[in-house]
Amino acid sequence: MENQNLNLLDRALGLDGPSEPWPLSGRVVLIEDCVETSGSFVLHQLVKRSLSPTSSNVIIFVAFANPFSHYDRILRKLGCNLVTQRDNKRFIFFDMLMLRCPDEGKSSEGGLVLLYEKILKTICGLPGDKKDYVTIMIDDISLVEVAANGGSDYVLDFLHYCHALTSEFDCSLITLNHEDIYSSMERPTLILQMEYLADILIKAEPLSTGLATDVHGQLTVLNKGTSHRLGRSGNKIHNFHYKVKENTVEYFYPGSRV
Amino acid sequence: MADTICRTLRDGGLEGEHAPALTIKDSKASPFGFDVFNYVLTQLSNYILAGKSQSRGLVVVAYSRSPSFYVDLLKRRGIDIASSHDWIHILDCYTDPLGWKNWLIDKDISQEASSLSSFCQDVRNLDKLYSLIIEQGLIGQGKDRFSIAIDSVSEMVRHASISSVAGILSNLRSHDQVSSIFWLLHSDLHEIKFTSVLEYLSSMVASVEPFNQAAFGQRVDLENLSMLEQNFRKGKFHVRFKRRNGRVRVMCEEILVELAGIKFTPVLSEDEIINQRLLPKVQFNLQLSEEERNERAKVVLPFEHQGNGKPIQIYDGRRSLGENKEEALVSTGKLQPDEDSGKGQIIYFRDSDDEMPDSDEDPDDDLDI
Repeated sequence: MENQNLNLLDRALGLDGPSEPWPLSGRVVLIEDCVETSGSFVLHQLVKRSLSPTSSNVIIFVAFANPFSHYDRILRKLGCNLVTQRDNKRFIFFDMLMLRCPDEGKSSEGGLVLLYEKILKTICGLPGDKKDYVTIMIDDISLVEVAANGGSDYVLDFLHYCHALTSEFDCSLITLNHEDIYSSMERPTLILQMEYLADILIKAEPLSTGLATDVHGQLTVLNKGTSHRLGRSGNKIHNFHYKVKENTVEYFYPGSRV
Repeated sequence: MADTICRTLRDGGLEGEHAPALTIKDSKASPFGFDVFNYVLTQLSNYILAGKSQSRGLVVVAYSRSPSFYVDLLKRRGIDIASSHDWIHILDCYTDPLGWKNWLIDKDISQEASSLSSFCQDVRNLDKLYSLIIEQGLIGQGKDRFSIAIDSVSEMVRHASISSVAGILSNLRSHDQVSSIFWLLHSDLHEIKFTSVLEYLSSMVASVEPFNQAAFGQRVDLENLSMLEQNFRKGKFHVRFKRRNGRVRVMCEEILVELAGIKFTPVLSEDEIINQRLLPKVQFNLQLSEEERNERAKVVLPFEHQGNGKPIQIYDGRRSLGENKEEALVSTGKLQPDEDSGKGQIIYFRDSDDEMPDSDEDPDDDLDI
């Protein structure tokens, strides 16, 4: 980790320390974004960090939003070759774009049970030394809901079982969801439940002052420091601005850019 | 005050009475309910182990954390349940609540069962859950009473109706062998109806509220960032006790969440709270010092004087001031002394001085409307 360029996001997530044990082990991370400020760049950054040469992480990437080529193109610009990582069995890609559940409620649940089984079998099938360093990434939860025909209860059940995997195998769970989809609901249960489940909440939102050319938005990282096997780290909140560029993302504190 | 709750749970209920029940309630703005739950769990465990409580055992119904989490939690607080655990049992509704693992085609993936915990693989069936809880509580206790802790009623109601959840909680409370029961609820996940039902069922309701209410729900900016930060380290703790005689008592404390756990501190004095709440946070000083208050009390108001030390003279518009010696003098309720006996004076008696207070007469009776 020392050789790499660490940015504010890495520091906020505790990734500036030693890479073993992986600071996100056994933790649940929720990335919340909206139409004005997409949070996928955070997911890409986490993929890049997880697959760094100094760590032994294996990523199980459950993709509902985009095909493999999309992520490959983006990560290549960030300096990470997903094709090589896939061949090395460090990046396991589940293409869920064609997942279609028939209308009956039971089958929506059945589809998610099968997905859970697939993830569980993949983890159990890993060699012994890799089993403890799994990161499950889901892009994104709103599309899981679509695949389940709006059955948010089934989605919550599925997320619960994924949460159980974090305590059974000490893996980390990183999910992305769009906050503005639920903003018109009186009681947005799905996103609220996800916020309760999450140990780390990363929120990408526009500036309170409106649009700007040099700043694309602000990130708020809330590290709940939930009681965790490795001990509490205390609740911490970080807030900084970001600008998404072609090959990188710049993070900076408000007012610190010239 | 949090200790008062723990002592009430420790003391249990009298013969023939429902067991004391505690609802711990929080929300997204101040999500410390689980920390409070763990605090109460640890305290009650200590009482049970020391033999100071009415109950001799504890059943933890774990929905949101694994049994190993609770083993580790108690171990960190100095209670090693791995070695002696006949007093505690964990009902695992977390690992496989819906029996999905039974559906798995490949059954090689087995689960470790332990003597400390047992699985519940169908949380939708609350009757079965009830039997499991009672069964686990009675093992090893015989005729002794036991306490129950449910780590998330919010999770329970996802799989069952409100009425069936209320039913099981009520049945548990009224079971002879149950000494006390407590549960956690995230109030923003449910309709108010459900929260109210649970509050009615409870003899104590402990709610965790945000330290800075105004900071919640707004987009983050430099102004509210520090308040948000404070909200994630501190909170307010309100407890409502329902006594046997029907009296309701409300108490408040402050919560501080630290590395070692949660701490409860007495609330600031009322004046300080009022000052903090009523004054908006701006850059200029809106408060008065003691000196300024005294000066303000000394100020004579404009209608009380005309700036030259003499009593008030009101110009009534018919004569010019100073010309006529017949001046109308008005005092603030007292009669003027008879200084110039030769000149005309108007001595004014206020009618209202004659009236007795609380007179039945309506002063407007003489109006002819």
